[in-house]
Amino acid sequence: MTAAEGAVQVREVAKVGGRHTGKALSFGAEVRRQFGRRRTFWGFVVMLALPLILVGAFAIGRTTGPPGGTRLADLAQQGSANFAIFALSAASDFLLVVLAALFAGDAVPSEASWSTLRYLLVAPVPRARLLASKWAVAVASLAVAIVVYLGWGLLVGGLAYGWEAFTNPAGGVLDWGQLLPRLGIAAAYLFVSLLQVAGIAFVLGVRTDAPLGAVGVAVLVAIVSSILGQIESLGDLRNGLPLHYQRAWLDLLSPQVDWTAMRHGVLWSLLYTLLTVGLAFGLFRRKDVLS
Amino acid sequence: MYAVRRTVATLGTVVAIAVGGLAASSSVAMAAGAATRLNVAPGTVLEEVPGVLEEVLEVPVGAEPDGSPVTVDVTVFRPSGSAAGAGSAGPWPAVVLAHGFGGSKADLVERGRDLASRGYLVIGYSARGFGRSGGRIHLNDPAYEVADARALVDLLGARADVVHDAAGDPRVGVVGASYGGALAVMLGATDPRVDSVVGVVAWNDLAEAFFPQFAVVGPGAGEPTSVAVVDRAPEPGPFKALWASRFFGSALTGGSGANGGGPGGSGASGGGPGGAVCGRFDLVVCRLFLAAAESGRPSPELLTLLHAHSPRPLLPGLHAPTMLVQGMSDSLFGLEQADATARAIAGQVPRLSVRWIDGGHDGLSSTAEADEQALRDWLAATLVTSGPQSVTGAEFVYAAPIPRRRSVAPLLSSPDYPIAGAWTSVPLSPTAPAAGGGPETGQRIVNPPGGQPSSVTAIPSFGGLGVGAAAYQLAALPGQSAAFDTPVFDARTTVVGSPRVTLTVTSTGDESVLFLSLWQVTGGQSTLPRRLVAPVRIATTPGRPSTVEVALAPATWTVEAGSSLRLLVTSTDSGYAAPRAARVDLVAVGGDGLRLPIVTGTVVSAESDVDTESIGVATAIAVLLAVIGVLAWLARRRRRLLPDRPDLADVPLVVEHLVKTYADGHRAVGDVSWRAERGQVVGLLGPNGAGKTTTLRMALGLITPDSGAVYLGGQPVRPGSSALAGVGALVEGPGFLPHLTGRENLRAYWAATGRPMQEARFDEALDVAALGGAVDRPVRSYSHGMRQRLGIAQAMLGLPDLLVLDEPTNGLDPPQIAAMRPILARYAAAGRTVVVSSHLLAEVEQTCSHVVVMHAGRVVTAGPVADLVDSSDTTVVHLDPATTPESVAAVADRLRQVDGVATVEVAADEGDSRLVITARMPRPDVVRALAAVGADVVGVSSRKHLEEVFLRVIAAAQTPLDTDDESDRGSTADDPGSGVEGTTGNTIDSVTERLRQVRAR
Repeated sequence: MTAAEGAVQVREVAKVGGRHTGKALSFGAEVRRQFGRRRTFWGFVVMLALPLILVGAFAIGRTTGPPGGTRLADLAQQGSANFAIFALSAASDFLLVVLAALFAGDAVPSEASWSTLRYLLVAPVPRARLLASKWAVAVASLAVAIVVYLGWGLLVGGLAYGWEAFTNPAGGVLDWGQLLPRLGIAAAYLFVSLLQVAGIAFVLGVRTDAPLGAVGVAVLVAIVSSILGQIESLGDLRNGLPLHYQRAWLDLLSPQVDWTAMRHGVLWSLLYTLLTVGLAFGLFRRKDVLS
Repeated sequence: MYAVRRTVATLGTVVAIAVGGLAASSSVAMAAGAATRLNVAPGTVLEEVPGVLEEVLEVPVGAEPDGSPVTVDVTVFRPSGSAAGAGSAGPWPAVVLAHGFGGSKADLVERGRDLASRGYLVIGYSARGFGRSGGRIHLNDPAYEVADARALVDLLGARADVVHDAAGDPRVGVVGASYGGALAVMLGATDPRVDSVVGVVAWNDLAEAFFPQFAVVGPGAGEPTSVAVVDRAPEPGPFKALWASRFFGSALTGGSGANGGGPGGSGASGGGPGGAVCGRFDLVVCRLFLAAAESGRPSPELLTLLHAHSPRPLLPGLHAPTMLVQGMSDSLFGLEQADATARAIAGQVPRLSVRWIDGGHDGLSSTAEADEQALRDWLAATLVTSGPQSVTGAEFVYAAPIPRRRSVAPLLSSPDYPIAGAWTSVPLSPTAPAAGGGPETGQRIVNPPGGQPSSVTAIPSFGGLGVGAAAYQLAALPGQSAAFDTPVFDARTTVVGSPRVTLTVTSTGDESVLFLSLWQVTGGQSTLPRRLVAPVRIATTPGRPSTVEVALAPATWTVEAGSSLRLLVTSTDSGYAAPRAARVDLVAVGGDGLRLPIVTGTVVSAESDVDTESIGVATAIAVLLAVIGVLAWLARRRRRLLPDRPDLADVPLVVEHLVKTYADGHRAVGDVSWRAERGQVVGLLGPNGAGKTTTLRMALGLITPDSGAVYLGGQPVRPGSSALAGVGALVEGPGFLPHLTGRENLRAYWAATGRPMQEARFDEALDVAALGGAVDRPVRSYSHGMRQRLGIAQAMLGLPDLLVLDEPTNGLDPPQIAAMRPILARYAAAGRTVVVSSHLLAEVEQTCSHVVVMHAGRVVTAGPVADLVDSSDTTVVHLDPATTPESVAAVADRLRQVDGVATVEVAADEGDSRLVITARMPRPDVVRALAAVGADVVGVSSRKHLEEVFLRVIAAAQTPLDTDDESDRGSTADDPGSGVEGTTGNTIDSVTERLRQVRAR
């Protein structure tokens, strides 16, 4: 092959490559990049360990407390549904928040810290495409985490305490036919509500190259928000705090569901998510990648 | 002590707040205002807030029973001339403000100023026995307190700046809360000159308030005439001991505190037995109260006195428009008090307004702003509007329970008062089977000996005790309570008024005192939405059932579908002095269960049903989406501005006029232009900091140039532009996913490009990497050199058109470097292009076909390596170091005369003299010619080294500002004092020499 022929062949490869950048860093490719990371692994391990820890804690503390009570914890040993819902409420305030921050906040800066970010960009992966894939996979991981956690809670609760349907400590019984769709809605609500945490972590991750910095600051935002949420004098201003409506999914457990808080929670979360993710795209589009 | 103070605050200021509008935090401000005001001498006129003049007066009123003279402390608030729209000099309609029990005129400052700024002349005064006013507390005695208020109306009648309806008849309204509320109604009932009455949380009958009896006349008296009517059975109820002691204590401490400096202080602690504990109370009132507190039963004298000190007996005289505001969070003067007043005057006053708020003596109204506005509207309608009042009948406004997740109660209205309402019956059944398993449906409850422990429902003035099971458990003490549940409601029901129930009691004593409260049960959880309790005292015959009709404490409730109501009957209540004798009652409810009054009102103001929060946030989302869309569109447009360059289509890499200044102000690259043609191996040379890496990063779209452009095959490079698909790069060290193996990393990278796997040529790349078995180990275990080789292999994946390698030999040992050279040469020989940046000159010299030399952000020189370093007609001759410069110059001169010699350059340096000769003859002839001209030749070399060229051009381009070339100075660090900075002609030579010396080491 002469040099000229080689050149022609190379140019054809380049053109083919050019045509294929639409598929650059596909969802599957990004999943394979993230899969097998210790971070992901340990995140899921901790999450799946929590229901088992709860069962263990109930087993140790079995003697305390008469049957009945008004908190979810009081009836957690009632059966699968009660246990899963208790486990979900135990995790929704912090553990799932941390996971959301971890999945989203770590996505970009981890590449930067491995020096692989620049190679992805040169590959070339268009910047918006890179962020879109990172965001999609982070968010999908979060969704999987919530669903797996809920399913795992049902399973662990069922094996430990039997397959009873849900008894609301505040009264009322939901049979499985009523409960399962509501659990699905609860998972969806939690997912949407946690998107704002993921968004905050994501934009911080784009801004800084320190993976744990982004995750930590996002969790810090959640903590500060919950602290501010306890200041009564802020009144309705608190409604706008991130995660203010995080527990609104518990409304689904009442016989008659009041959707107001969940509607507010979803809207606020979407607003924050849009703001942060939009900002992330805007920042990353112009960012000089020096790492 | 704290509790007592709190009670003072409750009676004095919170009640004033309950009227509406005055925020809770303002009580502090009002107290502070009072402190300054107390020091103002009578007669002074001040303008403390713009637009309001305040004048302090001491008005003499009727003497005490013992003949001692009394003056009351008055502040007159009136609009100043500067108040816009308030009328410059009057006359204005007048308003008399009366304060709550335990308070003083200091509580009235804020409302006084507010009304004055709205065009009223306002009188705020401390009632007899309070504040700086003299005298003793007679509990709104018509002969004292009410007469005092009439004296103030007289005062207004004498003022020229007050609107007059007739001579001596001022246009005046009277507004008061609690103690002041009762006074307002009593003044209105006894003084025909009063044109408007506003009584807030006032009592109708003080005896019934302190000895409440919710057993009503009946049963069988038919449907009540009003939903809130509590037509009490004649027997007085149990003593409302907790409230009474607070009522009493507040006057005691509040009064004695003012005694110290007040004119009423003289002789206050005298007056025989009980004088010291009675504080500023009138001794008659005080002693009757003390006796009742001890016995738990009122003496007939006390009942007579309390009846007399109430609006009730005076109401036939009330003909002024009247507004009654009463609270549901009020265990002292409940809604039934306002209802009694309203029913008494309903037909005789030209206008009646009844307003049920959810505040009261136990809590604040959630609709405070609307309440305040209603008061202003009322005053405007009844005082400002001229002419006789038209009879507009009655209106009724009530606050429904606050819906879930809201903070403000919806207000509903009904056109008339009293309202009959619709009555609906719901069955009641005992929650637990009757003890003993008898046939009766009743429940046995015990009144414990001594009346302890007692059920706790509401702590007066504190509202409730938390919520949920804890509250219920405190109220429903085991054995001392009976509970009856309604079935679960299947539709949302709003109850307005006083639900009724028929109670059948079989007692072991000859009277039974029971307390009824209405709970709401949602699921298993019981809550007390209205913290009210209805006490009943029933005369019984031991062992014989007695039936009594009970009206529960009136309020509004919303029972959601799925919830039920629970009637709780307890034998004790902590707020009341219950009988101390032990007793067992069998309690059953009548067959018609719980009768609920239902009123259909129309919403007048609610926290709007329109979910403003949702709408606001949704709007924000929509706006944000629009902004993002516009910004994205603008960005896309801007990206299109850089056109393709078809003329450069055949050039793999063109860098044109690149400029980049970093955010910190460092200008890394200034106007750099070069190109790499097909088949070339281009070396990008330069000291560290010359801008090589920055240039390459811009070429790869990692950073955006400030100006200039990079073209790959004629396509401009933008971040992620598809032209980069033909580029493989290693920039500033390799980067890999540490948890993947070398092979997996290459696959992951290739997967990220989105191109077919078969184009990747993994085997060829892995050959380059030469990792052996390590290729299947995680990258985190690799050495630096292994990572570097894998990085080069990754750059070569897919055999890209253009290979960009930044410092590729970092971490490689000499054999690996040597092995890399032919790889790059072969790569370029196939028609591809390689750009190698390096500061290792020898490496570049051996590897590259072309070089671009950069320094301090600029291209210093560029061209084929051969052109730069070598030409066959150049010979470098080293002369004997001993040769003097003069003789060297002489040799050079002579040599220039030789035919065929083009140029002779003298490069003299200490200890070394060189001649660079260009000649058009073979090198041996040059050497011969040298010998012929007498040169002492010690060495001959054929070419310059790239280092020399490099250092020469760098030195030539040197500017004094250059501080970037750290490495160059580092290499000469052994030679301090003569840095490269000296930009004189001979520096080139000295630098070259130093380089030589460095090489020698």
